[in-house]
Amino acid sequence: MIAAATTDAFLERAPVLLRDAVTGFLPEPWRTLVNALIAVGLILGIFGTLFAFITLAERKILGRVQNRPGPNRAPIPFINKRFFGLSQPFADGVKSLTKEDIVPRDADKVLHYLAPVALLAFSILTFAVIPYGRNLVPVELDAAVLYFFAAGAATELAVFMAGWASRNKYSLLAAMRALAQLISYELPLLLSWVPVVLIAGTLSTTAIVDAQAGWKFGFIPHWHVFTPWGFAGFVIFMVAALAESNRSPFDTPEAESELIAGHLTEYSGFKYALFFMAEYFGMLALSGMAITLFLGGWRSPLPFLEFIPSYLWFGGKLLALIFGFIWIRATFPRLRIDQLTRFAWKFLVPLALINLGNTIVWSLMSNSSALMQLARWPVCAAIILVPFVVLGRKLSAGVAPRIYRYA
Amino acid sequence: MNAVLIVIALVTLGAAAVAMTLRNLIHSALLLIASWAGVAAFYLWAGAEFVAFAEILVYVGAVSMVVLFAVLLTRRSRADLTVTPDSAGRAISGFIAGGAVCGVLVGAIVATPMGVGSSPTPTVTVKQIGVQLMGTHAASLLIVGVLLTVALLGAIVIASADRTDDSEDTP
Repeated sequence: MIAAATTDAFLERAPVLLRDAVTGFLPEPWRTLVNALIAVGLILGIFGTLFAFITLAERKILGRVQNRPGPNRAPIPFINKRFFGLSQPFADGVKSLTKEDIVPRDADKVLHYLAPVALLAFSILTFAVIPYGRNLVPVELDAAVLYFFAAGAATELAVFMAGWASRNKYSLLAAMRALAQLISYELPLLLSWVPVVLIAGTLSTTAIVDAQAGWKFGFIPHWHVFTPWGFAGFVIFMVAALAESNRSPFDTPEAESELIAGHLTEYSGFKYALFFMAEYFGMLALSGMAITLFLGGWRSPLPFLEFIPSYLWFGGKLLALIFGFIWIRATFPRLRIDQLTRFAWKFLVPLALINLGNTIVWSLMSNSSALMQLARWPVCAAIILVPFVVLGRKLSAGVAPRIYRYA
Repeated sequence: MNAVLIVIALVTLGAAAVAMTLRNLIHSALLLIASWAGVAAFYLWAGAEFVAFAEILVYVGAVSMVVLFAVLLTRRSRADLTVTPDSAGRAISGFIAGGAVCGVLVGAIVATPMGVGSSPTPTVTVKQIGVQLMGTHAASLLIVGVLLTVALLGAIVIASADRTDDSEDTP
């Protein structure tokens, strides 16, 4: 975390001030080390807790959507009050820690053990470059966005290791399917953020957040999502992020009804919990990156709301996106694997490429007269909307809306 | 700082060496990936962030998948995963080809004048790399792109050549 800016409000500086109060008396090499350790500990602690309560929130919200109460039995220890089952995640944690860890006899023991570890390690690495607030970025990198997606790309390897090491045909089939899906959606994911880098002119996450500062007419924030290319990029990014984190409706890799949980079939106990944790960490990290790239990072949407500290804005946006993920999971049915890859290659990738061209048009028109400034809005909106409609019509031709006669 | 370099070199070279001696192709492929990660770590050590992340993204993320897919799609069973040379002639020609490549590489490395002095580490930003790639080195970038496209098309041609032989469904 970098040094505190002195001009900000007290609450804005509070985290850095608190850290400096703790580590201020240490000599220099130790101080940097301890500061880094504190950052690591905070990321693990905050996101670990967040993971625990998101699992509870997810089960509660899914229950609400499906007209059932969700988990509400686990009491707070010693006082025996339930509080809507608020201690459920801890009960789950104890359960997964004490469950028997079964390793198949013919499994590749080392790889079977390494797969969940590698997956979790890589998904934790991605948290390092997200700016969580003003002056709150764990590692300042010049190529931060590239780092983020490089660390994320290695998760595919872990899925393959899990599938192959289990020595189970369902695991291996599912791992191959997962790889096909992950590679397919890697492309639209990478292509959807390239426009942001093009406009901001940098790969550093803090600089990208700074590029989204300020308001047009005093109330429309300069977030990338409020431009035609930014909106399209954001939607493509979120769809690809859904698929990359194996979330419904793209959860074919661990389709429990067809492939008996896929590459997770032979995992039990805490290793299974690690996979679960990595999935949620991946989701949180991708949401954090979406916020940084498109939703203005930690910036407040309106000028008079700036008194709320930046890290709270980031947290609020993060929870809103996670709620969106859960809502989508509750609403959409699962796609078939061929529909899923076709959707990526025939729809998302062309749209992402068109959006890249669209962004170039946008930035070329920005340097001209006021009329051009106004004209680029309808022009750029048309450049992305027309292919969207045409491609969508063409791909769904012959697949008419299904009529449910007996339902 | 030198101790770090030695550790990175040991991990990279060790992984590569063990990958060559192992009989199990999947293990070899995974160790090869570990070796690539070691190369990326070396780039990081040398201060070339961009190249390091690109190495991870391209090699550990994408090329590894191609290698693993190729191994799994071309072997029929797990027993088939172990490799032995078909004949002594093949093994010898393999050694000759590998030795020739090694000789060319070593020759090139030895012939290159290396600055051993303690020059300050240049701080290169991503922007500078981009300007260099799109400006002075645009031609070489394009040539590499065309070369890779040709290789891709060639791979498709080779892969689809088998299909024409067993055209049983056309009477």
